[in-house]
Amino acid sequence: MSEKYLLEMKGISKSFPGVKALQNVNLQLKAGEVHALLGENGAGKSTLIKVLGGIYHAEEGEIFIDGQKTEINDVVAARHAGVSIVHQELVLVPYMTVAENIFLGREPGTKMNVDRVKMSRDAQELLDAYEMNINADTLVEKLTIAQQQMVEIVKAISFNSKILVMDEPTSSISDKEVGFLFETMRTLTKKGVGIIYISHKMSELEEICDRVTVMRDGQTVGTRVVKETNKDALIALMVGRELTNYYTRDFLEPGEVILKCDHISDGKMAKDASFELHKGEIIGFAGLVGAGRSETMKAIFGLADHMTGDVYVKGKKVNIKSPVDALKYGIALVPESRKEEGLYKVQSVRFNSTIEVLGQFIKNLHVDGKKEEEITQKYIDMMATKTPSQEQVIGNLSGGNQQKVMIGRWLATHPEILILDEPTRGVDVGAKAEIYSIMNDLVKEGMSIIMISSELPEIINMSDRVYVMNEGRVTGCLNHEEAEQEAIMQLAAK
Amino acid sequence: MASRVKNGIVKYFKDNIGIIIALIAMCVFMLIYPKTRTTFMTPKNLFNILRQNASNMFLATGMTMVIILGGIELSVGSVIALSGCVAAGSVVYFHLPIVVGFILAILVGALVGVFNGFVICKTDIPPFIVTLASMNIAKGIALVITGGAPIRCMEPLFKWPGAGYIGPFPVPAVLMIIIFIIAVFMVNRTQLGRHIYAVGGNAQAAKFSGINVEKVKFIVYTYTGIMAGIAGVIIASRLYSGQPTAGDGAEMDAIAAVVVGGTSMSGGSGTLGGTLIGVLIIGILNNGLNLMGVDSNWQYIVKGLVILLAVYVDWVRNKKAGR
Repeated sequence: MSEKYLLEMKGISKSFPGVKALQNVNLQLKAGEVHALLGENGAGKSTLIKVLGGIYHAEEGEIFIDGQKTEINDVVAARHAGVSIVHQELVLVPYMTVAENIFLGREPGTKMNVDRVKMSRDAQELLDAYEMNINADTLVEKLTIAQQQMVEIVKAISFNSKILVMDEPTSSISDKEVGFLFETMRTLTKKGVGIIYISHKMSELEEICDRVTVMRDGQTVGTRVVKETNKDALIALMVGRELTNYYTRDFLEPGEVILKCDHISDGKMAKDASFELHKGEIIGFAGLVGAGRSETMKAIFGLADHMTGDVYVKGKKVNIKSPVDALKYGIALVPESRKEEGLYKVQSVRFNSTIEVLGQFIKNLHVDGKKEEEITQKYIDMMATKTPSQEQVIGNLSGGNQQKVMIGRWLATHPEILILDEPTRGVDVGAKAEIYSIMNDLVKEGMSIIMISSELPEIINMSDRVYVMNEGRVTGCLNHEEAEQEAIMQLAAK
Repeated sequence: MASRVKNGIVKYFKDNIGIIIALIAMCVFMLIYPKTRTTFMTPKNLFNILRQNASNMFLATGMTMVIILGGIELSVGSVIALSGCVAAGSVVYFHLPIVVGFILAILVGALVGVFNGFVICKTDIPPFIVTLASMNIAKGIALVITGGAPIRCMEPLFKWPGAGYIGPFPVPAVLMIIIFIIAVFMVNRTQLGRHIYAVGGNAQAAKFSGINVEKVKFIVYTYTGIMAGIAGVIIASRLYSGQPTAGDGAEMDAIAAVVVGGTSMSGGSGTLGGTLIGVLIIGILNNGLNLMGVDSNWQYIVKGLVILLAVYVDWVRNKKAGR
């Protein structure tokens, strides 16, 4: 014990019925450092954080804060101990102001008479102290996702916490906002706060983190100083093997034009997008958040209220009014946000896998259960989804496995054109590599894929051609050879 | 195939073990308790239980679907009153054939369901408010057309659906079994059934899945209206009259049965099998309290406590299972 740690978690074990979620986990956090917690989905990061936050009780192990043994039995105890957690899902009340949210449950003034002026002033002071350009009296629902995240962070800091945990804070914000977030984090560490940072984005580690602890299968497999290690070594630690090929892609000669879209607009975010997709091709759609990429695809898929523009499938003009029409023409869309637009959370993997293709096994008041199981199993195998059984409630699977079920669901419709909107968001590296490899297999078999992504490396490495959008319009198209980070960003900000 | 059926039955008992034990415990209690020992387990009383609870079964099948959809339907009780009065009124005042009266009554129920479904689909007004409104409107119409007084109808055919027998079995009991089977097929063996769970579980995702969310809602509310219409006919027939006060609070008994049966009020999950047990628990409870001679005012209190207890036990079980 030569070094003094701000937080030490020693020998933490925790199990759930049938699963050993954490096994003898150790974690040490120094004051003033950003400490990354890496691991594939299901490795136990969230469980560990929940133990620290007082949401779960560990069966074994001890927690020391500033060298003092501390019992964290509930959320309030965690807060007293100086631990604050910014969860991945935002937990702000949308119809209340920023100030009300920050001071929720500890409003200044008396119980019967809240001092609203003081509350608003104090909140504004906090926001200003971290140079956040947010008005404390704004309703939270009016803020962007990134701004809401900032408010979450301010709220967490306002408890005077020494230990701040951030669970994938950058998964839904743009690069510019990420830079801003990192600034805030640096300000905090200068004040001696220790930050535990969970993220799947390796590039961020180098930029912001000092040390990194890697978890695999509920155990800690190693702690490294970020400057003294590299991406490949960390990935190898995470997956327990060397990943030889992260991006799998055989660039073949594409076939004829299978989908042609002219001047697509939904009257809102999508303004004028034209593009072509060839058979056996992956085209990437790059752009900043809010560039109208998802909206364009939704319009093509029949989900926009007022869509204008022409869509040609295999040279024939088609009129797609609903997703049912789109499926008829062989178009499938795996939506951007799994939770809101994809998952039936309380239902089983089987229900979630087969909801698109009920007609294949439900006929004349007869459910062919065997067929249903076969279809489900086929796509579990194809996507290499890890699930204890087909009856498993999908909400209990990790993000990567949920995403695999989502993609499998749409593959079951045997589409010729597959639209993937942010297919690897919130997915761990191992599963990401698997998804890339499956995409490669699919186009080799003649499928055509449109991939929207905010992660430039995956766009650059996977796409035959890259379309870039800005403010609802396609601003350019780059070949695989031309598609480089800088060229894309220039078009994205045009 | 046989193993699939066996698995299904095992799963049914496993999923509903809490309420099945409650149901058995109630029956055992009735068999031991001195006042009910001789009267409870007689064919006459058991048929009586089925007869009295047939209408709740009709409502509860629809209510289960509505609640799985994430909605609620408060107008079914009023529809019982309205359709009963329409049935009796068409026969007594307009001298229409009795069968026509019954059909009109069921159509009136369907019409209320169509109205609820239409407003809920075309606007964002919550189902609670829409059906609260139609509950009052239907009740009001029943009171207006009858002037508040029952319409008596003693024709033998009129009494048949509520008080008649097919062989040794009461007609409502037979109808109840038929309707239950139809509902089970609807929910478990059709695409519509899956769509109901999908819409209730995540309406946004259902839209992306190409499910016609509005159509699913519309069908379910219309179906529930029809069920309430049929329940109205059965009750009017059993009472030999259309009564504007019939079905008072029936929506609450239906909701209680569904919730005791394990359907989640937040939508997306639940089973008709659970609802069946829920209906039986509520039914046997009412019957038992009557046989024991418990004062009717006290019965409400006991019923309330039993509902709370049943749902609490279920909640504890789910929490333990980590769901």
